[in-house]
Amino acid sequence: MVDSRLDIEKPVIKERGPLWDVFRRLSKRVTAMMGLVIVLVFLLMALFAPLLAPHDPFEHSLAHKLATPTWDYPLGRDELGRCILSRIIYGARISLLIGLIVISIGILIGVPVGVASAYFGGKVDFIVQRFVDTMLAFPGILLALLLIAMLGVGLHNVMIAVGISTIPIYARLARSSVLAIKARQYVEASRSIGSSHLRIILQHLIPNSLSPIIVQSTLHMATAILWAAGLGFLGLGVAPPTAEWGAMLNGGRLYIRVAYHVATFPGLMIFVTVLGFNLLGDGLRDALDPRLKT
Amino acid sequence: MSGQYIIRRLLIMIPVLFGISLIIFTIVRVLPGDPAVVLAGPHATKDVVDQVRVQLGLDKHPVKQYLLFIGNIFKGDLGTSNRTGLPVMKEIMSRFPNTLLLALASILVATLFGVTAGIIAGVKQNSKFDYLSMLVALFGLSMPVFWLGLMLMLLFSIKLGWFPAVGAESFKHLILPAITLGANSTAIIARMTRSSMLEVIRLDYIRTARAKGLAEKVVISRHALKNALIPVVTVIGLQTGTLLGGAVLTEIVFAWPGIGRLLVEAILSRDYPVVQGVVLLVATVFIFVNLIVDILYSYLDPRIRYH
Repeated sequence: MVDSRLDIEKPVIKERGPLWDVFRRLSKRVTAMMGLVIVLVFLLMALFAPLLAPHDPFEHSLAHKLATPTWDYPLGRDELGRCILSRIIYGARISLLIGLIVISIGILIGVPVGVASAYFGGKVDFIVQRFVDTMLAFPGILLALLLIAMLGVGLHNVMIAVGISTIPIYARLARSSVLAIKARQYVEASRSIGSSHLRIILQHLIPNSLSPIIVQSTLHMATAILWAAGLGFLGLGVAPPTAEWGAMLNGGRLYIRVAYHVATFPGLMIFVTVLGFNLLGDGLRDALDPRLKT
Repeated sequence: MSGQYIIRRLLIMIPVLFGISLIIFTIVRVLPGDPAVVLAGPHATKDVVDQVRVQLGLDKHPVKQYLLFIGNIFKGDLGTSNRTGLPVMKEIMSRFPNTLLLALASILVATLFGVTAGIIAGVKQNSKFDYLSMLVALFGLSMPVFWLGLMLMLLFSIKLGWFPAVGAESFKHLILPAITLGANSTAIIARMTRSSMLEVIRLDYIRTARAKGLAEKVVISRHALKNALIPVVTVIGLQTGTLLGGAVLTEIVFAWPGIGRLLVEAILSRDYPVVQGVVLLVATVFIFVNLIVDILYSYLDPRIRYH
């Protein structure tokens, strides 16, 4: 007897979720993968600094100050005879912390402001946007410098100052995303079945406007690290013994004629890390939303 | 039409300028501590503090205080420096031309290299030059200005001895700082020019120009470039303003006597009147540059004026 039932195998569709999808698209781009690798190395350095650093980053030895690289001290020693490699590895922690806090301040304040501004429109939108315009009229790092001048120098104040100056950028970004989504039918449908403002904002507007914000945050990580290092370089950031890349560069600057390695390596580290976040950010933009491609 | 446009733009600028002065006013006064003590400086005696309080009208209502602050700005009075005792306006004006020179030289470098690289990369899309120049542009975006400055100084001043390392005495002193400060903008302008070029050369009128048998050179230089460069003008304008703010780091590296260095010195010595004055000036210049760019833009692209 032949079984009359047709034995058709159901095609197997693997559900891997949107994250996997983004990663698959990301993995097709060499530059984006390079960025991802750099960012992962940076994260590992920050997380496992005590295990990776060959020496104590604070242990100084004036007898060996400005010593050139050796096998024991691969990147040489700084102006106080401290191991530059170890200080760079520990410095990753500070940079990561700065980046995360700056972006958190920008997103946690900027996004709700932008969403509310776009959702409610009218007078609220007008007033908020004029305020955003004014904040954006401060060129580059200037607003951060003004805030630091008033708050006083130090790592916390650097993070707060740079964080505050990114708020208008997130507000503007969230606003334009929401304006585009607000008019979609599913939002109208949700409103017509009587959803509250809060429900519409939390369930529809914010989740659907996340892509540009994720892309912007990755790129902002680069800017935050760059700015914070710049402020450290100006002597406005961390207090001395702390290992921070910008401050290390500032320390080495004075010895550039006699021992260039002291300023070269921390700067190279800032450059590579920022490049990594920029590459990843560019890749994510292409993977998440090809329309944003410039 | 365009006269009206300029007037409208000028009118829009007024509230932004007031907004900026209001933000600066608020930041300086709202933050913890007595602003009179803060503005008088750390070593001021009680008499001086009281004098500052009266001078700034800090005993008056906040709204009155703000009006007084604005009134003083219109009179050109930005207070006196805690450090030198000189009028802030005088301090700024003795340094500002240096920063302006540096910013203009940087934007010249950035425009020259950025636009050229962007056009070639756009016209020869996916070529080796395209990949290479866009990679270099990404490097330019990621490079810490202060590190680039130090590395250029190390190579061209200390090792090769071609240019002086610090100071602002001659044209030779200008070259390294201008390249340093312009690097970031070069990258941004190159990327913008390339994408704008790519957009334009796909348009119908370019296809028409090619179809009627014009040489590719003519198509690019006479037809495509004109429209492709319009958005680039905006970016160049925006960069000029950003450079004024970004000059801070470059000026420190090369000991360039501009307002960026003045600002950092003022922050480190808690010389608040100078900080307030420099920030106010740079933000105002930035807004004016944007205005000029917008007006220029409306001449280049007549469609803008009719919006």
